[in-house]
Formats: sequence, structure tokens, C-alpha cells
Amino acid sequence: MTEIVDLTLEHLTMVLIAVAIATAIGVSLGIALTTRVVLRRWVLGFAGVMQTIPSLALFGFLIPIPLIGGIGKRTAIVALVLYALLPVLRNTLTGILGVDAAVRESAVAMGMTKRQVLWEVEMPLASRTILAGIRVATVTTIGTATIAAAIGGGGLGVFIFRGLASVDAHQILAGAIPAACMALLAEGGLGWLERRIAV
Amino acid sequence: MIEFRRVSYRIGEKQILFDISLEVKAGDRLVLLGRSGSGKTTALKMVNALIQPGEGSVLVEGKPTTEWDPVRLRRRIGYVIQEAGLFPHFTVGQNVGLVPRLEGKPPAEIDARVCELLDLVELPAGQFRNRYPRELSGGQRQRVGVARALAADPPLLLLDEPFGALDPVTRHEIQRQFLGICERFAKTVIFVTHDAREAMLIATQIGLLREGRLETLGPPAEFMQAKGAEAEAFRASLG
Repeated sequence: MTEIVDLTLEHLTMVLIAVAIATAIGVSLGIALTTRVVLRRWVLGFAGVMQTIPSLALFGFLIPIPLIGGIGKRTAIVALVLYALLPVLRNTLTGILGVDAAVRESAVAMGMTKRQVLWEVEMPLASRTILAGIRVATVTTIGTATIAAAIGGGGLGVFIFRGLASVDAHQILAGAIPAACMALLAEGGLGWLERRIAV
Repeated sequence: MIEFRRVSYRIGEKQILFDISLEVKAGDRLVLLGRSGSGKTTALKMVNALIQPGEGSVLVEGKPTTEWDPVRLRRRIGYVIQEAGLFPHFTVGQNVGLVPRLEGKPPAEIDARVCELLDLVELPAGQFRNRYPRELSGGQRQRVGVARALAADPPLLLLDEPFGALDPVTRHEIQRQFLGICERFAKTVIFVTHDAREAMLIATQIGLLREGRLETLGPPAEFMQAKGAEAEAFRASLG
């Protein structure tokens, strides 16, 4: 039982770190790309390709890479960040570009600087969409993080791989059920936060 | 106060404005009248540097808009558009108090100014300041838009079909109220509309635009005598 708690906490830590990094990169990249049309296409393409790589393969590819690779948590987190990036990035772009043109024009015409338009108008109006991207990223990361155990990253995947190796359904469930609960809580909690944002 | 010197503008192959020259003196209310696509909105947006002229220059207080710091220029110019362009995530009070806040005025002063302006457009501050734009009727939103444009007491107001989406009765009330405010505070105004009645009511000068060309420019009385098919067509719409 204590092992379930330990591994759940380990899993959660890994997810939180990965989502936090993906959010920081995804939101700032998204902001930077709103005005760069060509670059935007390339970056979205790259992030899209990342998502199509089977997760087990991506974890494997990263192992031989120096600095970010190797066996263990660091490699697992890098892989999770690469997966979580696309939903955050895409929703940041959609949210900011979706701000009503008349509202943006008013902001500029009232003498707001570019920075004021971004932080006082565009970001608040895009916040709900961005948060939806973070929610999707979190829920999928909770699932994908179970594969981290395959490269020594730990987390609830430890139970699942152990169960698979020993054909023990109880072990598999000991990993799968907490992960599913965590995903449901994340979905519910972040969904609630999204609805709280008026506009 | 405002001068257009031989201003032309094109987007790709499409010529939007042809060689426009005109002058707006302090206290004048110039109405740019024309059909959709006649170039009137483009001309308006050149005054607060949302668009820069392709050829020629637009001077505000004697200085070309290209030489103004755009942020400083815009804070001296009130701007109202159709549907008001209010910020949906700000309350009425925050919308109206925005420019004074950007200018770094103390909160107490902003507060007093917001109340004063809401009174001016006949929206009691106690009742309206904490509401969000979505909780207002179309007419109330436009009044807030006008109050917001007046907040920093700019000498110049630009309006782009501000009352176009309102029902006729509300529109008439707001036009009257707006005209009263302009006269009382001696605002210089450039006002874009396709409604000849509105032009006759508001203007001290009417500039008629047709396909990017300034057909006639003069006081309303002159406009009533002006020659040309387009002027006749707009006069016919007066009924």
C-alpha cells in the first residue's frame, strides 16, 4: 500500500514538472509566434510530428542523446514535455488569434503599447482557451507518464510493467486505477477552473 | 488641426484612396459620408496612425502622423467604433477609466472622472459602473464607448459608424446627446457614416467620398446644393 502512495506521488511529481515546463515553453512560444506566420507553421508542424511518434519509441530515442538523455526521470520528463507542448502551444495561438479584431483595434487605438495589448487584453481574453490546452496536456501526460517506467523513470508505470511481466492483473490495476483517478481529478479540477473564468 | 495632403492609399492592386486633400479646423465636425467601400474608414484610421498613407501625408496639430509617437498620438484622440469595441473582461467603470489609468492618474481621480463621464452620457454610475458590457443594451454600450473616448479629455474624437447598429429611436437620442457633448466641450470631430441624415445632423463640414475620391467638401448647406450623381443619390436618401 505504501508503495502505491510512493509511486503515485512520484508519478504526480513527474507530471507536474513536465506540464509546468511545457506550459512555460508553450505559452511563451505561442505569444512569440502570433505575429510570425511562416515560423508558426514550422513550429506547429514540428510539435505535431512529436505527437505522432509512438511514446515508447520516443522514450527510446532520447536515451542515447547527451545531456537530456540517459536512463531515468530526466529523460522521461523531456519526452513528456515534448508531448504536452502541442496542446498548450496550439491553444495559446488559437486563444490570442481568436480575440475579436474590433476589441484589439480599440486597444491599439486607445494608445496601449504592444505589451499592454498583450497582457491587458489578449491574454485575459485567451486565458480560458489556454487553460483548456493545459488541461488536455495534463490529462494525456498522466497517461503517457506510465511509460516512463520502461526507461527507469519510475511512477505508476512500475506496477503496470511489473504486472505485464508477471502476468498479474492486480499489479496492473494497482498502477492503472490511481493513474485513471488522477486523470479524472485533473480533468475535473482544471475544467472547474476554466468555467470560473468569466468572459 | 488635421490636414490631409494629397493622400493616396492602395492595398496590392486595389486603390482605396485617390489624392485626398482636406483640412479640419479646431471645433469642426467633419462627417465623411459614403457607401461601403468608399474609403472613409481607411481615411479615418490614418488620423490616429492605425494606417499610414501610401503617398502624401496626414498632419495632426501640424506634425505628420509618421513623426508622432503612435502611443502618444492615440492617447490624445478618442476613438469610437460600431459595437463600441468595449473590453468584455472589464466592467463599465474599468472600460471608461482605461486611458486615465494608462496615463498613470491616481485611482481617486480616475474614479471621480468615471462617475462624471457616466453622468454625462446619462448612465448613473451607481447603477452601471460595475456591470460588464454583455449586461448592457446596444444603446448603453455605445454610450459607454463615447464616455470611454472622452475619458482623457482629448481635443479630437474619431468615430466610425458608432451608432449604425442601433434602433432608430435610440440612435436619434444618442445622436442628440453626442452632438450636445461635442458643442459643450468644443470637440473637434471626424465622424464616418453612410447615413446622410446623421451627416446633416452632426456635421459642420460634410466630405462625400465615392470610390476613394473626395467628391464634395463643404458645410451641410453647400452639400444640399452640390452637383454630381453621388451627392444627389445621398440627398435622395434623406427623404
